[in-house]
This record gives sequence, C-alpha cells and structure tokens, in this order.
Amino acid sequence: MPTPSDRPAATAPGTGVIHDIGYRSYQGPRLGRSYATRSLFVQGLRGAFGLGRSGRSKVLPMLILAAMVLPAGMLVALTVFQQRADLPVDYPQYLSSFGLFVEIFLAAQAPVLLSRDLRNGTMPLYFSRPITRADYVRAKAAAMVAALLIVTVLPLLALYAGALLAGLDFVHSTEHLGYGLLAAVLYSVVLSAVGLLIAAGTPRRGFGVAAIMGFLVVSSGVATVLEGLSDRSGGGSASGSAADWAYLISPDDLVDRFVNHVCGLVRTVPTSIGDTPGTLGALVFGLEMLLIVAGAYALLLRRYRKI
Amino acid sequence: MLQSPVQGTVARLTVRGLLGSRRGILLAVVPVLLLMMSAVAAATSGDKHDLTVTILGRLGLGTLVPLLGLVVGTGVIATEIDDGSIVYLLAKPLPRWRIVTTKLIVAVLTTWLFSAVPTLLGGLLLYGTRDGLAFALTLGTMVAGAAYSALFLLLGVASRNAVVIGLGYALIWESLIGNFVKGARTLSIQQWGLSVAKAVASSGSLTADVALGAAVPLLLVVTAAATVLASVKLAGLTLASED
Repeated sequence: MPTPSDRPAATAPGTGVIHDIGYRSYQGPRLGRSYATRSLFVQGLRGAFGLGRSGRSKVLPMLILAAMVLPAGMLVALTVFQQRADLPVDYPQYLSSFGLFVEIFLAAQAPVLLSRDLRNGTMPLYFSRPITRADYVRAKAAAMVAALLIVTVLPLLALYAGALLAGLDFVHSTEHLGYGLLAAVLYSVVLSAVGLLIAAGTPRRGFGVAAIMGFLVVSSGVATVLEGLSDRSGGGSASGSAADWAYLISPDDLVDRFVNHVCGLVRTVPTSIGDTPGTLGALVFGLEMLLIVAGAYALLLRRYRKI
Repeated sequence: MLQSPVQGTVARLTVRGLLGSRRGILLAVVPVLLLMMSAVAAATSGDKHDLTVTILGRLGLGTLVPLLGLVVGTGVIATEIDDGSIVYLLAKPLPRWRIVTTKLIVAVLTTWLFSAVPTLLGGLLLYGTRDGLAFALTLGTMVAGAAYSALFLLLGVASRNAVVIGLGYALIWESLIGNFVKGARTLSIQQWGLSVAKAVASSGSLTADVALGAAVPLLLVVTAAATVLASVKLAGLTLASED
C-alpha cells in the first residue's frame, strides 16, 4: 500500500496542488454483531416505554404501567387495614384480572417496535450493520418480552412486598409469587409472539394496533360463547369440564387456565377460577403455547428473510 | 345551492382504500364470525333466546361492532392523514365538511353491511321473527354502528393515536368500567344501542340500563357533534411529523 510520502507532493510551481492525504480505514476497535444486537434490544426496550422519544409517546405506556401497579398498592392497603390473613386476589388472578391492560400495552407497543421500521424504510440501514436478519428478530422479540415482563412483574413484586410488610405467611406468599411469576413469563412470551407476528405483517401502526387487540379480544369472546354453548348442550357447567376445550382458541385464556391447573389453584378455590379440561387438557394447552411461540418466531424469521 | 353531502369520487376512493387489497378480507371476519356462531348455536338444543342475546347482543353489539367501527371509522380518514396523502384531497376545491360527510357515510354504510346485515341474518336463523328480537338487535347494531363510526372518525382526525384511544374507550370504559360502575353505562354507545333495541323488541326480551328518552338524544347529539367537530378539525388540520 503506497503511503503519502511515496507520491510527489506537487507537480509544477505556480499551479494548483492536490494533496494526497491518503485513505485511512477505521483502525479503532469494532464492537461487532453482538454489541449491535444488544444496542437494538436496549433501544427497543426503551422505545416500548417511550424513553428517548417525545413526551406524547410516553403517556400511554406510563399510564398502563400505573394502571397495573396502583391497584396492587390499593390491595395491599386493603389487606393491612382489614388485617386479612391473605391477599384479596392471588398473584396469577391479579394478572388475569388486569390482563386487558397488558393486552393494550402489547397492542400499542408491538407496532411501535416493528411497523415503524417497515414504514419508514429503515430496514436497509439496520442490515448495513453487522447484524443479521435473525439478530434483528431476536433483539426485537427480546425487547417486547422484556417490556411485557416489566409490566407484569412489577405489580406482582409490589403485592409481594406489601404482603411481607403486612406480615402475611412468608412461605405461602413466596410460593404464590412463584405461580404469579410463571404466569407473568408465559403471558409475556405468548402474547409477544402473537403481537409481533401481527405487527410485522403491516406497516400501518393503527391497523396493527386494531388487529392485535381485535384478535385477542374477539378470540376470548368467541371462546366464552362457545364454552357456554357446549355447557348447555352437554349439561355440565363445572370448571374443568370438556366445555373448557373452547379456550384453545384464545391465547390469554390459554395461559391463565394452564397456570391455574399446573399450580393447583383450582383445587383450593373451586369457583370462578378457569381450569383446563383435565390433565390431558393442561398438556394440550401447554403444547399449544409452545407451538404458538415457536411457530410465531419461525414465521417472523421467514417474514424478515427477504425484505 | 345546497350541495349533496356525498362526493362521488371521494366516496369511491374511500371505499377502495377501505376494502381494497386484503383489508376487506379482514373486515369480513366480523360477519363470518357472527354467522358461523349463529349457525353453530342454532344447531344446539340450548335456550335460543339466551343464545341470541349472548351472540348478537354481547359478542356482536358489545365486542365486534365497536371494533369494526374503530377499524372502519379510523380507516376512512386516519390512514390518509397518517401517510400524508390527505393533502392531495385537501388541495381540491371541495369544502372540508363534504369530505367528512362523504367519508362518514361510507364508514356508516360499511359498518352496517359488515355488522347489521349478519346480525339480521343470524337473528332470523337463531330465533326467527319471534318477539321482533332479530329486528330489534339489528336496529340497535345500526344506530350504535353509526355513532361509533362518527366518534372514531372524529378521533382519527383529532389524534394520531386514534386507535389506541378508541380501544381505551371501547374496552376499558364500556366493558371494564361499565361492568363494575353502573353510572359508566349511561355514557356508553353500546348501551344506547341496546336501549333502542329494547324499545323495538317485545317487552321483557331485552334489558338495557339507559332509558330510551336519554339514549336517542345522546345518540343523535354524539353523532352530529362528532361530525361537526371532525369538519372543524379537518378545516384547520396541520400535518404534524410522526413522533
């Protein structure tokens, strides 16, 4: 490689001079693929809560976070004032009661993570960096799951801290917190899978929001009606009956009922807690969740293979 | 000279934007679902009156109609504002209110086609003409659908987060809070629709929490006010950059 000193500095006196300062390539450290992926993850996670964006995009995520955590504080206050021996709502039930907020968070923020890149044509910019398509999908999926985990785990921790401060039984509380955390992880992973897959399909944000929410709400509504139908014709209306197979079509009921069955919550309080149809049902519900997550991830990878 | 509220070309383009490519298929989920559930329910031996109210009243009017109104109401105008193509429409020598009324009428008709028609068919299939239940629910769906379309069209003009706000209204206010707080139902388009339906059906076959004397004026006021406000908002529309 010729260095600048090899070249004649000037040709003839009195004429213009072009200095050859040489081409220097970047010599510093290269942070590489994993660093870029990590950056994308952090940026996605911050973006999900509107951090680093305009004030207006912080409003909704923060409102939902407050709507998830504040009722937990109120429940704890209720427990203390009434000197109850247990929390009014069990940890997994807390998540299923406030599941609507989690779903709205997902519906609002999954398109923020994916649709905006598609719409603004920034995908080529990402792929001009050392990250691969699979890295992009991995980072975005991890960011969505982590954001949902924050939304679901934070109120559980608030409940747990409150329960301990109120002097409730430590072992019982910790055990049920564990159930709640299992539910939180499953909700986050399964709902993210559904939400991201739908969001990746449309560059329009509003449309993505409506499609995700519509799918979750309608599938749950249809499942409830179907359960009512087969209950009436079958005669049995007890929880854990064959009619509960209807909930196979609704992702959030899938998680709720699976956790209730696996953690044995149905036995302690027989009413009003949804169950899977027997042990076989729990197995099928679990398998379906696995299938949803793996299938959605594979489809996402396929979606981003050519873009 | 009085102008007709509908402008043909705008209406044609709106319909194409709403139902063109694959989006029409997505909207078709609503009628397919309603008809399928009705057909399944008609084949079972359960209490048909209960089933009709559950499927067409709760699932249809309570869940599907607000969502359909949301997608259609924002779909006719918010998508155009979002991608900036509204400027080509605004640059035409058309009064802004005619753009709003044209788009609103397209939205209302689409909502009726995709929700009221299957409600009528499903109702007739399930419960026949007894008690006038099928017609009552169809009328309730129609008035609620029109009000939802107008309200969500206004949201689409007024805010960039129209869909999220609309979802918040339909799901959190009408469903979640309305379930616990009785007073919240007074300000719920769904309940106004039910109230109208109750007045048409023979007595005792439907229940509604809002009196007809309150529901009808509220429906009219909300629909008219939303249309006027949307016209005013569109007249002074500034295209903000995407945040």
